[in-house]
This record gives sequence, C-alpha cells and structure tokens, in this order.
Amino acid sequence: MTDHHHPLPTSPIEERVNALESLLIEKGVLDVAAIDSVVDYYEHQVGPMNGAKVVARAWVDPDYRARLLTDATTAIAELGFGGAEGEHMVVVENTPEVHNVVVCTLCSCYPWPVLGLPPTWYKSPPYRSRMVREPRVLLAEMGCPIPDDVEIRVWDSSAEVRYLVLPMRPAGSEGHDENALAAMITRDAMIGVATL
Amino acid sequence: MTHPPTARDHAFAEATLPRSNGEVVFDHPWQARAMAMAVLVVEHTGSDWDDFRGSLVKAIGDAPERSYWESWVVALESLVAQSGPGLA
Repeated sequence: MTDHHHPLPTSPIEERVNALESLLIEKGVLDVAAIDSVVDYYEHQVGPMNGAKVVARAWVDPDYRARLLTDATTAIAELGFGGAEGEHMVVVENTPEVHNVVVCTLCSCYPWPVLGLPPTWYKSPPYRSRMVREPRVLLAEMGCPIPDDVEIRVWDSSAEVRYLVLPMRPAGSEGHDENALAAMITRDAMIGVATL
Repeated sequence: MTHPPTARDHAFAEATLPRSNGEVVFDHPWQARAMAMAVLVVEHTGSDWDDFRGSLVKAIGDAPERSYWESWVVALESLVAQSGPGLA
C-alpha cells in the first residue's frame, strides 16, 4: 500500500459496481469494451453537442451556412450526424427581425442526432399547445422575452420535417474559434426557447 | 421515419436523470459504468426497460435520501438478481 502508484482506495459503492461488473463479465452478459462503448454513446455521441457543432460551423463558414439553410440534412451529414429521427432536417435562422421556435403539436418529434432526446417540457401538453397559441407570452415565461418589434415564427415539427434553430452569434464572440463557439451554444437556443 | 426505441433510447429518456443542458451528468466513472451495465443487461435479457425503471423508482422510494446513482446501483443489483440463474 506504500506504492505511490497504488490507486486510491475504492468507496463501498464503487466496490459494488466492480462486483456487478465482474459477475456480468463472468456470465458473458457484457465485457469492458461494451461498457466503454455505451458510456461513449451517452457522453459523446448523442446530445446537443452535435447541434452546437453544426451551429458553430455555420457561424464561421458562410458557405456551410448557405448549404445548411438550403439542404440541412445533407449539410448536417457532412459533420457526421444523421440517422434515425434526423431525416428531413430544416434549419431556420434567427435574425434581428425574426425569432424562430420549434414545437411538435402532435407528439414529440425532435431531431435526435443533433439535439439528443427531447427535454420533458418539450413533450408536455401545455408547451405543445401554448407555443402555438401565445408564443410571446410562453417564451417570456420561459425566461426568453422577445422584443415586440421582433416577429416570432413557430415551426411545427413532424415525422416529415424536423426543425433546428440557428441562433444569432452572440456579440463579443468575434475572436472565438469554432470549439469555443460550440461551447457557448445551448440546447434551448437551438429549440428557440433561449437566446445566446 | 421512426425506429422502435431501444434500451439506450429509454435509458437516455429517463426523465429523472441528472442533466445539464440536456446532457446526462456523471460525477464519477462508476456512475457511467452502472448506467451502461443497466442498458446492457436489459439488451442481453431482452427484458423491458420498464422493468428496470420500476426497480429504480422503488429503490428511490425506499431510500429518498440516498443519492440518485446509488439507487441506480441498487436497482441494477435487483434487476440482475431477478434475471434468473442464467445471470446471477
């Protein structure tokens, strides 16, 4: 135990997890590589970080931005994102005059490959009905007040079309590189219930 | 175009998961491994994710003061124990 390379003593809960892992490996249920693969999936392969990369690229590369606004599914696939629930993407761009927000009035259609799975509120009946009926009021309640002179466009996602909002690039981010920009972009901004 | 939800989708959609900006939060590596093992056991046994969710709800209800991921481990232990002689 005096070896300074010896790992820190494990906590009781870690020991239980280790014991479960050993048992399941012994029974042939899984192996270490399978665990690593699933962890990688949750930590790095699904979720809003993918959409953030798309938005950051559009901010720094005008040609990419043009492709994204013309054929979003193909432009998003250029970055390696696509698959189930990511077909027929349409990207809508926020401007000083227009704020876009996405809802699914019928169920909970949502672009998984770029945003992960939808948050609970996105699936709630009040969000689905009120975002269509009174978007300005609901956005203000959600902490995203939109000035009266800005038009709000509400996009109804469906099985045919999944929308992603391209937020406005924040002031003061001129010197940021693509990675730094991606870190500023939130899921809620890409749904349109937040600004950056 | 939809696909049938997999155990991974169900695990990711678990509404009570600790999250930040939509991403699942792990404070320690054992938490991520426990989550992955639950997904793999459900996939391996072909059982329903709802069975695991039921165990998790019970584990949290039995000891509300216990941390979320410790209750997850309790639920996983219970799932493994219930999965029969082939597993435990």
